[in-house]
Amino acid sequence: MRARLLALITVAAVISPAPAAYAMAAPPAPRASFTDVENDVMCVSCREPLAVAQSPQAYAERAYIHSLIAQGLTKPQIEQQLVAQYGPAVLGKPPAQGFNLTVYILPPAILVGGLIILAVVLPRWRRRTRAEAAEAEPAVTAAALHPSEARRLEDELSHWSG
Amino acid sequence: MRRFLIPGVATAVAVALLALLAFGVSSQGSNSSIDAAVAKGTRPPAPDANTPLPVLGSNQPQTLADYRGKVVVLNVFASWCGPCKAEAPILDREQHALAGHNATIVGVTYLDNSSDSEQFVRQEHITYPVLRDVNGTFVRSFGTTGVPETFVIDRQGRVAALRRYQLDGSWLAQTLPPILAQTS
Repeated sequence: MRARLLALITVAAVISPAPAAYAMAAPPAPRASFTDVENDVMCVSCREPLAVAQSPQAYAERAYIHSLIAQGLTKPQIEQQLVAQYGPAVLGKPPAQGFNLTVYILPPAILVGGLIILAVVLPRWRRRTRAEAAEAEPAVTAAALHPSEARRLEDELSHWSG
Repeated sequence: MRRFLIPGVATAVAVALLALLAFGVSSQGSNSSIDAAVAKGTRPPAPDANTPLPVLGSNQPQTLADYRGKVVVLNVFASWCGPCKAEAPILDREQHALAGHNATIVGVTYLDNSSDSEQFVRQEHITYPVLRDVNGTFVRSFGTTGVPETFVIDRQGRVAALRRYQLDGSWLAQTLPPILAQTS
């Protein structure tokens, strides 16, 4: 009796669809967010970020990204596929090689260069301004305090000071 | 001498940035020299004729130069383009007519993913060869910035006529016979 029951269970297990088979047939879980991918790629025909593009090519590109996400690809894998289909211009951030290096090198270089120029020029300007002010001040005082005028000023002020 | 150092460096940097900007703008701009040459009646050589492009649905590359000796109607299209869909039956009919004249239509996909292009080819029953211009460099050398566009290349590999928007049967009927009549 027990052997028959065991055989029945074994046969049922063999002919019934296994959960593992279901797992294989089910679509893979998404491993990338559509918004995340869309924010980092370009609409190649309209040359603007895909997130804001409204051209027919942008809609086709979005549909393609959805299909890649449905295949369970990660964001780097999706970007790789997009480059294979549309070329490197599809990436919002171009690969750091060749002429594209200017995108990565130039802005920090300009910032650093600007800071160096400011660090050199500003103290010089301050020194020059102070020196000019120091030169101008005694000249004005000397001109204003001519002895005769100074005496006259003293006289005038003495009337007012009472 | 030292007082000119900083203004000199700043000016050099500004000039370099302006040159970079000019280079960027010029490399993005469209090339209209083919249009001007064809309008004058001269036939410029087809650009990038030796650039290998993958054939849609296979990894086998082909170049435009492979068709030298034939009249080629080069049609740039994309599956997402409505006018391309509208002109596809006209081109397919023309392909059958061209078969006896040592001429062919060659499709080139424009910024289109291969699966969508293949589906388009199946749906529109396209029988002529289709090449993939993956990053659009090949068609940009023809001044293409949109689709559909069609270029007629004579047997010597020169651009004899072009159409920058959707074509119709009458344009093909007017344009092709004199070019087909010329021998290599």
